[in-house]
Amino acid sequence: MTPNGNPVWSLVLTFGLMSLFAVGGANAAIPEMHRIAVDVRHWMTDREFADIYAISQLSPGPNVLIVTLIGYSVAGITGALAATLAMCVPTAAFAYFVSRWLMQSRRSQWPAIIQASLVPLSIGLMAASALVVAQAADRTWAAVLATIAAAILAATTRLNPLWILLIGGCLGFAGVI
Amino acid sequence: MSLAGFGGVLAFARRGIVEEHRWMTADEFNETYALCHFLPGPNVVNLSVVFGSRFRGVIGGIAAFAGLVGPPMVIVTIVGALYMRYGEVDALRRILAGVTCGAVGLLIAAVFRMMLPLLRRRDIAALAIMMLVFIAIGIARLPLQVVLLAAIPVSIAVTYIMRRGTA
Repeated sequence: MTPNGNPVWSLVLTFGLMSLFAVGGANAAIPEMHRIAVDVRHWMTDREFADIYAISQLSPGPNVLIVTLIGYSVAGITGALAATLAMCVPTAAFAYFVSRWLMQSRRSQWPAIIQASLVPLSIGLMAASALVVAQAADRTWAAVLATIAAAILAATTRLNPLWILLIGGCLGFAGVI
Repeated sequence: MSLAGFGGVLAFARRGIVEEHRWMTADEFNETYALCHFLPGPNVVNLSVVFGSRFRGVIGGIAAFAGLVGPPMVIVTIVGALYMRYGEVDALRRILAGVTCGAVGLLIAAVFRMMLPLLRRRDIAALAIMMLVFIAIGIARLPLQVVLLAAIPVSIAVTYIMRRGTA
Protein backbone atom coordinates (compact mmCIF):
# COMPACT_ATOMS: atom_id res chain seq x y z
CA MET A 1 0.00 0.00 0.00
CA THR A 2 2.94 2.38 -0.40
CA PRO A 3 2.17 5.34 -2.63
CA ASN A 4 5.64 5.15 -4.22
CA GLY A 5 5.56 1.41 -4.78
CA ASN A 6 4.78 -0.40 -7.98
CA PRO A 7 1.41 0.93 -9.21
CA VAL A 8 0.46 -2.52 -10.49
CA TRP A 9 0.59 -3.90 -6.96
CA SER A 10 -1.48 -1.08 -5.62
CA LEU A 11 -4.04 -1.79 -8.37
CA VAL A 12 -4.15 -5.48 -7.44
CA LEU A 13 -4.50 -4.66 -3.74
CA THR A 14 -7.14 -1.99 -4.34
CA PHE A 15 -9.37 -4.04 -6.62
CA GLY A 16 -8.72 -7.38 -4.95
CA LEU A 17 -9.93 -5.88 -1.68
CA MET A 18 -12.74 -3.95 -3.32
CA SER A 19 -14.05 -7.05 -5.09
CA LEU A 20 -14.66 -8.65 -1.70
CA PHE A 21 -16.94 -5.76 -0.76
CA ALA A 22 -18.57 -5.17 -4.12
CA VAL A 23 -22.01 -6.25 -2.95
CA GLY A 24 -24.02 -5.39 -6.02
CA GLY A 25 -21.21 -5.82 -8.49
CA ALA A 26 -19.12 -3.37 -10.45
CA ASN A 27 -21.92 -0.84 -10.72
CA ALA A 28 -22.37 -0.86 -6.97
CA ALA A 29 -18.65 -0.35 -6.42
CA ILE A 30 -18.54 2.77 -8.61
CA PRO A 31 -18.68 5.18 -5.62
CA GLU A 32 -15.81 3.30 -3.99
CA MET A 33 -13.79 3.28 -7.23
CA HIS A 34 -14.41 7.00 -7.55
CA ARG A 35 -13.40 7.62 -3.94
CA ILE A 36 -10.13 5.71 -4.35
CA ALA A 37 -9.20 6.66 -7.92
CA VAL A 38 -10.08 10.37 -7.65
CA ASP A 39 -10.07 11.39 -3.98
CA VAL A 40 -7.56 9.08 -2.30
CA ARG A 41 -4.97 8.16 -4.93
CA HIS A 42 -5.46 10.95 -7.45
CA TRP A 43 -5.12 8.55 -10.36
CA MET A 44 -7.54 10.69 -12.40
CA THR A 45 -9.82 13.72 -12.32
CA ASP A 46 -13.57 13.75 -11.82
CA ARG A 47 -14.11 14.35 -15.51
CA GLU A 48 -11.80 11.54 -16.58
CA PHE A 49 -13.66 9.23 -14.23
CA ALA A 50 -17.01 10.16 -15.78
CA ASP A 51 -15.54 9.72 -19.28
CA ILE A 52 -14.13 6.31 -18.40
CA TYR A 53 -17.51 5.29 -17.04
CA ALA A 54 -19.15 6.37 -20.31
CA ILE A 55 -16.59 4.41 -22.34
CA SER A 56 -17.06 1.30 -20.22
CA GLN A 57 -20.83 1.47 -20.73
CA LEU A 58 -20.54 2.15 -24.43
CA SER A 59 -18.16 -0.75 -25.00
CA PRO A 60 -19.55 -4.23 -25.46
CA GLY A 61 -19.08 -6.45 -22.47
CA PRO A 62 -19.69 -6.45 -18.74
CA ASN A 63 -19.59 -3.21 -16.82
CA VAL A 64 -16.66 -4.42 -14.75
CA LEU A 65 -14.58 -3.18 -17.69
CA ILE A 66 -14.37 0.22 -16.00
CA VAL A 67 -11.79 -1.50 -13.81
CA THR A 68 -9.83 -2.44 -16.93
CA LEU A 69 -9.83 1.22 -17.97
CA ILE A 70 -8.74 2.48 -14.57
CA GLY A 71 -5.94 -0.11 -14.60
CA TYR A 72 -4.93 0.94 -18.10
CA SER A 73 -4.79 4.62 -17.25
CA VAL A 74 -2.63 3.91 -14.20
CA ALA A 75 -0.18 1.34 -15.55
CA GLY A 76 -0.86 0.55 -19.21
CA ILE A 77 -1.67 -2.93 -20.50
CA THR A 78 -0.18 -4.64 -17.46
CA GLY A 79 -2.32 -2.48 -15.22
CA ALA A 80 -5.43 -3.25 -17.27
CA LEU A 81 -4.88 -7.00 -16.97
CA ALA A 82 -3.87 -6.90 -13.32
CA ALA A 83 -6.82 -4.78 -12.24
CA THR A 84 -9.38 -6.85 -14.19
CA LEU A 85 -8.14 -10.20 -12.92
CA ALA A 86 -7.85 -8.90 -9.35
CA MET A 87 -11.48 -7.80 -9.54
CA CYS A 88 -12.87 -10.94 -11.23
CA VAL A 89 -11.05 -14.17 -10.53
CA PRO A 90 -11.29 -14.48 -6.73
CA THR A 91 -14.99 -13.74 -6.66
CA ALA A 92 -15.80 -15.81 -9.75
CA ALA A 93 -14.25 -18.86 -8.11
CA PHE A 94 -16.07 -18.01 -4.91
CA ALA A 95 -19.36 -17.64 -6.79
CA TYR A 96 -18.88 -21.02 -8.38
CA PHE A 97 -18.38 -22.81 -5.06
CA VAL A 98 -21.11 -20.97 -3.21
CA SER A 99 -23.67 -21.60 -5.93
CA ARG A 100 -22.88 -25.30 -5.75
CA TRP A 101 -23.18 -25.23 -2.00
CA LEU A 102 -26.51 -23.42 -2.27
CA MET A 103 -27.86 -26.02 -4.68
CA GLN A 104 -27.08 -28.70 -2.09
CA SER A 105 -28.57 -26.85 0.85
CA ARG A 106 -31.83 -25.76 -0.69
CA ARG A 107 -33.80 -26.85 2.35
CA SER A 108 -32.07 -24.41 4.65
CA GLN A 109 -33.80 -21.04 4.85
CA TRP A 110 -30.58 -19.10 5.40
CA PRO A 111 -29.40 -18.77 1.82
CA ALA A 112 -32.79 -17.32 0.87
CA ILE A 113 -32.71 -14.89 3.78
CA ILE A 114 -29.20 -13.73 3.04
CA GLN A 115 -30.02 -13.32 -0.64
CA ALA A 116 -33.21 -11.41 0.04
CA SER A 117 -31.47 -9.17 2.56
CA LEU A 118 -28.82 -8.19 0.06
CA VAL A 119 -31.31 -7.02 -2.57
CA PRO A 120 -31.99 -3.63 -0.95
CA LEU A 121 -28.27 -3.09 -0.32
CA SER A 122 -27.35 -3.63 -3.94
CA ILE A 123 -30.17 -1.39 -5.17
CA GLY A 124 -29.08 1.37 -2.77
CA LEU A 125 -25.48 1.05 -3.92
CA MET A 126 -26.46 1.26 -7.59
CA ALA A 127 -28.55 4.34 -6.92
CA ALA A 128 -25.52 5.88 -5.22
CA SER A 129 -23.43 5.01 -8.30
CA ALA A 130 -25.84 6.92 -10.52
CA LEU A 131 -25.51 9.96 -8.28
CA VAL A 132 -21.70 9.80 -8.06
CA VAL A 133 -21.22 9.52 -11.83
CA ALA A 134 -23.77 12.26 -12.46
CA GLN A 135 -21.92 14.57 -10.09
CA ALA A 136 -18.51 13.68 -11.52
CA ALA A 137 -19.62 14.61 -15.05
CA ASP A 138 -19.76 18.27 -16.10
CA ARG A 139 -23.29 19.19 -15.13
CA THR A 140 -25.57 21.49 -17.07
CA TRP A 141 -29.35 21.69 -16.96
CA ALA A 142 -29.50 20.21 -20.45
CA ALA A 143 -27.45 17.25 -19.23
CA VAL A 144 -29.74 16.73 -16.23
CA LEU A 145 -32.76 16.79 -18.54
CA ALA A 146 -31.11 14.36 -20.95
CA THR A 147 -30.32 12.01 -18.06
CA ILE A 148 -33.91 12.08 -16.85
CA ALA A 149 -35.18 11.54 -20.39
CA ALA A 150 -32.83 8.55 -20.82
CA ALA A 151 -34.02 7.07 -17.53
CA ILE A 152 -37.68 7.39 -18.52
CA LEU A 153 -37.01 6.03 -21.98
CA ALA A 154 -35.13 3.03 -20.61
CA ALA A 155 -37.69 2.33 -17.88
CA THR A 156 -40.79 2.53 -20.05
CA THR A 157 -39.74 1.19 -23.44
CA ARG A 158 -37.95 -1.90 -24.64
CA LEU A 159 -35.51 0.15 -26.66
CA ASN A 160 -32.07 -1.44 -26.84
CA PRO A 161 -29.88 0.34 -24.23
CA LEU A 162 -27.18 0.86 -26.82
CA TRP A 163 -29.49 3.21 -28.74
CA ILE A 164 -29.93 5.34 -25.65
CA LEU A 165 -26.16 5.67 -25.30
CA LEU A 166 -25.78 6.48 -28.99
CA ILE A 167 -28.56 9.07 -28.91
CA GLY A 168 -26.81 10.66 -25.94
CA GLY A 169 -23.55 10.69 -27.89
CA CYS A 170 -25.21 12.32 -30.92
CA LEU A 171 -26.87 15.00 -28.79
CA GLY A 172 -23.51 15.65 -27.16
CA PHE A 173 -21.78 15.92 -30.52
CA ALA A 174 -24.46 18.32 -31.73
CA GLY A 175 -23.63 20.50 -28.74
CA VAL A 176 -27.06 20.22 -27.16
CA ILE A 177 -25.84 18.80 -23.85
CA MET B 1 -23.08 -22.37 -26.12
CA SER B 2 -23.28 -18.83 -27.30
CA LEU B 3 -23.07 -16.13 -24.71
CA ALA B 4 -23.18 -13.29 -27.19
CA GLY B 5 -26.55 -12.24 -25.85
CA PHE B 6 -24.93 -11.79 -22.51
CA GLY B 7 -22.55 -9.08 -23.55
CA GLY B 8 -23.12 -5.94 -21.65
CA VAL B 9 -24.36 -4.08 -18.71
CA LEU B 10 -26.88 -5.29 -16.21
CA ALA B 11 -29.70 -3.81 -18.26
CA PHE B 12 -28.77 -6.07 -21.20
CA ALA B 13 -28.44 -9.14 -19.01
CA ARG B 14 -31.72 -8.50 -17.26
CA ARG B 15 -33.53 -7.95 -20.51
CA GLY B 16 -32.07 -11.11 -22.04
CA ILE B 17 -32.66 -13.38 -19.06
CA VAL B 18 -36.00 -12.14 -17.77
CA GLU B 19 -37.77 -10.50 -20.68
CA GLU B 20 -36.61 -12.35 -23.77
CA HIS B 21 -35.62 -15.86 -22.74
CA ARG B 22 -37.82 -15.99 -19.63
CA TRP B 23 -35.25 -18.15 -17.85
CA MET B 24 -36.19 -16.43 -14.62
CA THR B 25 -38.87 -14.22 -13.14
CA ALA B 26 -38.08 -10.69 -11.93
CA ASP B 27 -37.90 -11.86 -8.32
CA GLU B 28 -35.72 -14.86 -9.19
CA PHE B 29 -33.42 -12.63 -11.17
CA ASN B 30 -33.16 -10.20 -8.25
CA GLU B 31 -32.28 -13.01 -5.90
CA THR B 32 -29.76 -14.72 -8.16
CA TYR B 33 -28.37 -11.31 -8.87
CA ALA B 34 -28.09 -10.60 -5.16
CA LEU B 35 -26.47 -14.01 -4.66
CA CYS B 36 -23.83 -12.95 -7.13
CA HIS B 37 -22.92 -10.11 -4.80
CA PHE B 38 -23.21 -11.78 -1.54
CA LEU B 39 -20.45 -13.61 -3.26
CA PRO B 40 -19.18 -10.14 -3.84
CA GLY B 41 -17.54 -9.00 -7.03
CA PRO B 42 -18.54 -8.03 -10.51
CA ASN B 43 -22.15 -9.15 -10.75
CA VAL B 44 -22.45 -10.00 -14.40
CA VAL B 45 -19.19 -11.94 -14.31
CA ASN B 46 -20.40 -13.96 -11.34
CA LEU B 47 -23.78 -14.38 -12.97
CA SER B 48 -22.11 -15.77 -16.09
CA VAL B 49 -20.02 -18.22 -14.09
CA VAL B 50 -23.02 -19.42 -12.09
CA PHE B 51 -25.13 -19.69 -15.23
CA GLY B 52 -22.42 -21.39 -17.25
CA SER B 53 -21.74 -23.90 -14.52
CA ARG B 54 -25.45 -24.64 -14.13
CA PHE B 55 -25.65 -25.61 -17.79
CA ARG B 56 -22.27 -27.28 -18.33
CA GLY B 57 -20.38 -27.65 -15.02
CA VAL B 58 -16.89 -26.27 -14.45
CA ILE B 59 -16.13 -26.02 -18.15
CA GLY B 60 -19.30 -24.03 -18.69
CA GLY B 61 -18.33 -21.66 -15.92
CA ILE B 62 -14.86 -21.07 -17.32
CA ALA B 63 -16.19 -20.76 -20.87
CA ALA B 64 -18.78 -18.24 -19.78
CA PHE B 65 -16.14 -16.23 -17.95
CA ALA B 66 -13.66 -16.23 -20.82
CA GLY B 67 -16.37 -15.50 -23.37
CA LEU B 68 -17.73 -12.67 -21.31
CA VAL B 69 -14.53 -10.95 -20.25
CA GLY B 70 -11.90 -11.79 -22.87
CA PRO B 71 -12.98 -10.10 -26.11
CA PRO B 72 -14.54 -7.00 -24.50
CA MET B 73 -11.38 -6.48 -22.49
CA VAL B 74 -9.33 -6.26 -25.66
CA ILE B 75 -11.79 -3.82 -27.22
CA VAL B 76 -12.08 -1.62 -24.17
CA THR B 77 -8.30 -1.44 -23.79
CA ILE B 78 -7.98 -0.24 -27.37
CA VAL B 79 -10.71 2.34 -26.83
CA GLY B 80 -9.03 3.37 -23.58
CA ALA B 81 -5.73 3.88 -25.39
CA LEU B 82 -7.47 6.05 -27.97
CA TYR B 83 -9.10 8.06 -25.20
CA MET B 84 -5.73 8.67 -23.52
CA ARG B 85 -4.44 10.08 -26.78
CA TYR B 86 -7.45 12.02 -28.06
CA GLY B 87 -9.40 12.62 -24.84
CA GLU B 88 -8.91 16.38 -25.03
CA VAL B 89 -10.41 16.75 -28.50
CA ASP B 90 -13.47 18.95 -28.08
CA ALA B 91 -15.92 16.92 -30.20
CA LEU B 92 -15.03 13.73 -28.34
CA ARG B 93 -15.51 15.50 -25.01
CA ARG B 94 -19.01 16.50 -26.00
CA ILE B 95 -19.88 13.02 -27.27
CA LEU B 96 -18.70 11.42 -24.04
CA ALA B 97 -20.68 13.93 -21.98
CA GLY B 98 -23.79 12.89 -23.92
CA VAL B 99 -23.04 9.19 -23.51
CA THR B 100 -22.56 9.72 -19.77
CA CYS B 101 -26.09 11.14 -19.55
CA GLY B 102 -27.44 8.09 -21.35
CA ALA B 103 -25.43 5.71 -19.15
CA VAL B 104 -26.58 7.33 -15.92
CA GLY B 105 -30.16 7.26 -17.22
CA LEU B 106 -29.85 3.52 -17.88
CA LEU B 107 -28.52 2.98 -14.39
CA ILE B 108 -31.45 4.89 -12.90
CA ALA B 109 -33.87 2.82 -14.98
CA ALA B 110 -32.21 -0.43 -13.80
CA VAL B 111 -32.50 0.73 -10.20
CA PHE B 112 -36.17 1.55 -10.75
CA ARG B 113 -36.92 -1.84 -12.24
CA MET B 114 -35.18 -3.65 -9.42
CA MET B 115 -37.18 -1.61 -6.91
CA LEU B 116 -40.51 -2.58 -8.47
CA PRO B 117 -40.83 -5.99 -6.73
CA LEU B 118 -40.08 -4.28 -3.40
CA LEU B 119 -42.65 -1.56 -4.07
CA ARG B 120 -45.29 -4.09 -5.06
CA ARG B 121 -44.77 -6.01 -1.84
CA ARG B 122 -44.79 -2.71 0.12
CA ASP B 123 -41.55 -3.90 1.70
CA ILE B 124 -40.96 -0.79 3.84
CA ALA B 125 -37.99 -2.24 5.75
CA ALA B 126 -36.12 -3.13 2.57
CA LEU B 127 -36.84 0.25 1.04
CA ALA B 128 -35.63 2.02 4.20
CA ILE B 129 -32.37 0.04 4.19
CA MET B 130 -31.97 0.84 0.51
CA MET B 131 -32.34 4.57 1.21
CA LEU B 132 -29.87 4.48 4.11
CA VAL B 133 -27.23 2.77 1.95
CA PHE B 134 -27.86 5.28 -0.81
CA ILE B 135 -27.39 8.21 1.58
CA ALA B 136 -24.31 6.75 3.28
CA ILE B 137 -22.50 5.95 0.02
CA GLY B 138 -23.91 8.43 -2.48
CA ILE B 139 -24.23 11.56 -0.34
CA ALA B 140 -22.02 11.09 2.73
CA ARG B 141 -19.43 9.28 0.55
CA LEU B 142 -18.44 6.91 3.32
CA PRO B 143 -16.05 4.06 2.45
CA LEU B 144 -17.80 0.98 1.07
CA GLN B 145 -16.33 -1.45 3.61
CA VAL B 146 -17.52 0.54 6.61
CA VAL B 147 -21.06 0.91 5.30
CA LEU B 148 -21.43 -2.74 4.33
CA LEU B 149 -19.99 -4.13 7.55
CA ALA B 150 -22.74 -2.22 9.32
CA ALA B 151 -25.53 -2.69 6.78
CA ILE B 152 -25.23 -6.42 6.01
CA PRO B 153 -25.88 -7.68 9.57
CA VAL B 154 -28.74 -5.19 10.00
CA SER B 155 -30.35 -6.19 6.73
CA ILE B 156 -30.02 -9.91 7.47
CA ALA B 157 -31.52 -9.41 10.94
CA VAL B 158 -34.42 -7.37 9.59
CA THR B 159 -35.16 -9.88 6.83
CA TYR B 160 -35.02 -12.76 9.32
CA ILE B 161 -37.43 -11.05 11.73
CA MET B 162 -39.81 -10.08 8.93
CA ARG B 163 -39.91 -13.64 7.62
CA ARG B 164 -40.59 -15.05 11.05
CA GLY B 165 -43.32 -12.50 11.52
CA THR B 166 -45.12 -13.53 8.34
CA ALA B 167 -44.47 -17.26 8.58
